[in-house]
Amino acid sequence: MNAPAGQRLEGPGLAAHIAQEPAIAFRNVSKSFADAGGAAKVTALDALDFAVPRSSITCIIGRSGAGKSTLIRLVNGLEKPTSGSVIVDGTDVSALSESALRPVRRSIGMIFQHFNLLTSRTVYDNVALPLEIAGVNRRAIEAKVMPLLDLVGLADKSRRYPSELSGGQKQRVGIARALATDPKVLLSDEATSALDPETTRSILGLLKRINAELGLTVLLITHEMQVVKQVADRVAVIDGGRIVEEGDTYSVFTRPQHPTTRTLLADVVGVHLPAFVTSRLSPEPKPGADAVVKVIFTGPNATEPVLAKLGETMGLHLNILAGAVDEISGRPYGTLVVSMDAGPETLARARGFIHDLGLETEVLGYVV
Amino acid sequence: MWFEILRLIVNATGETLYMVAVSALIGSLIGGPLGIFLATSRRGELFAAPAVNGILGIVVNATRSTPFIILVVAIIPFTRLVAGTSIGTSAAIVPLTIATIPFVARLIETAIRDVDPGLVEAARAMGATRLQIVSKVLIAEARPGITLGITLTVVSLIGYSAMVGAVGGGGLGDLGIRYGYQRFMPSVMLAVVVVLIVLVQIVQTVGDLLARHFDKRARRT
Ligand SMILES: Nc1ncnc2c1ncn2[C@@H]1O[C@H](COP(=O)(O)OP(=O)(O)O)[C@@H](O)[C@H]1O
Ligand SMILES: [Mg+2]
Repeated sequence: MNAPAGQRLEGPGLAAHIAQEPAIAFRNVSKSFADAGGAAKVTALDALDFAVPRSSITCIIGRSGAGKSTLIRLVNGLEKPTSGSVIVDGTDVSALSESALRPVRRSIGMIFQHFNLLTSRTVYDNVALPLEIAGVNRRAIEAKVMPLLDLVGLADKSRRYPSELSGGQKQRVGIARALATDPKVLLSDEATSALDPETTRSILGLLKRINAELGLTVLLITHEMQVVKQVADRVAVIDGGRIVEEGDTYSVFTRPQHPTTRTLLADVVGVHLPAFVTSRLSPEPKPGADAVVKVIFTGPNATEPVLAKLGETMGLHLNILAGAVDEISGRPYGTLVVSMDAGPETLARARGFIHDLGLETEVLGYVV
Repeated sequence: MWFEILRLIVNATGETLYMVAVSALIGSLIGGPLGIFLATSRRGELFAAPAVNGILGIVVNATRSTPFIILVVAIIPFTRLVAGTSIGTSAAIVPLTIATIPFVARLIETAIRDVDPGLVEAARAMGATRLQIVSKVLIAEARPGITLGITLTVVSLIGYSAMVGAVGGGGLGDLGIRYGYQRFMPSVMLAVVVVLIVLVQIVQTVGDLLARHFDKRARRT
């Protein structure tokens, strides 16, 4: 991604370089805080490297205390790294003074878990605030605010105060406010964590639309896998101040590698076996036992009547124990757990049959 | 006779209002910014200056814990310097103002500290300067609290201004002591007390209404 030493970047070369350059890059970033007592240090981020592609919706997920908020606050310089650099749109924001940061911050919008709207200002005046701060005149402010309120569907509430709005409406005001100065990057720190699932969905839908229509890069922090599943193109898992896993959402969700990712995903993706099955499940095959197999449908095959074919072709008795079809960043992901009266050899052949149809299998165990 | 008493009361009320208004105004003009600074200058805050904050805090506490009557007497030389005399209504304004400054400062500090830090964070993220944060966020959001603080200040000043009457400061307190107590005219004493009560009621009511008007947060009741 970096230009070779000595090579000058000009014209089309420069344009191509900029297009490839990530919107945000963390380079070997560490951040530690002095403890409340002042003596002990808390390491929030530990030599972290991470890039957010331009115009993507990238999610960072992790447990509480993993360092997510610290990470996102580095992007607009609310926090300074102890070492390393944070490059936003080609500028090393970690090296900027507070006053040099101000114009940069105007090109980075931010939304918050608790909305952080001014209670003393109407919806209109809240959205106008970043423009007032930037010294924009009244006329231009009006020309900017009303279309934004339209975009978030709150034009009719412009004279209301935040206390008169629902949580979802407040976050829409927050989004309109974040977009007021035409930012290139939108940061979201747990912006849906205080909302119910229904409202979360509509807010995420709005973010997706903004990303698509404005080409805005969205960096989203969350502890909820549901959020990632609904909006993210890319996801990174943060644990102990490091990115432990990252990739496009579908692969991370369907093939999680790191234990933390697996734990975070446990309740969100796939199926849960009923207790009467898990309690009888043994890892070793026994004579006369049924094999319990998880069949994973990814991509377009998800709707194929695979099991019917399998039963027919191989003369097996299949029992469906559990099943679910998920949608992960717009693609189907199905899991089905079946038991089959198959010995080791039949089992191997059955799995081969399924694999040939482009699906995956995993043997969970055996039940008598 | 009654007309004379009425004239005295009207005059004294005018003097009291004058003392209260001037000392509330000057006291707030100095105490307000001091309060804002106290609220924003601890470690890690907007105008972080922990040492200055600590020293100012001690000065404010010392002034506030000095009994008002002692303060009046203790600063007589300063009063003479400022007002040219140590007796009379204008002279009384000096100690009243000195007592008001730390009082207002603490109340405004409390009001500003009540503002959600998330709002300051949001304003910083927008690229606001520190002064913009003070004017557009802190003061704007603390307006209900500031209004109640100034109301409480004025109410307290009405009481204190009656106290300076005891040391020749004029106003309602002076009238009450000279006529009601020294010449034993209970009706004058009663009238003075009634006027003071009415003044306090008016100030409190107006203050409450204004604070309510400024307060756009959800009402819990
Ligand atoms: N201002 C601070 N002072 C001291 N410790 C902090 C501060 N901010 C965050 N931390 C610590 O850094 C770690 C990461 O915090 P944070 O980034 O807020 O995590 P998350 O947002 O993932 O819950 C935590 O251990 C937290 O206690
Ligand atoms: Mg957090």
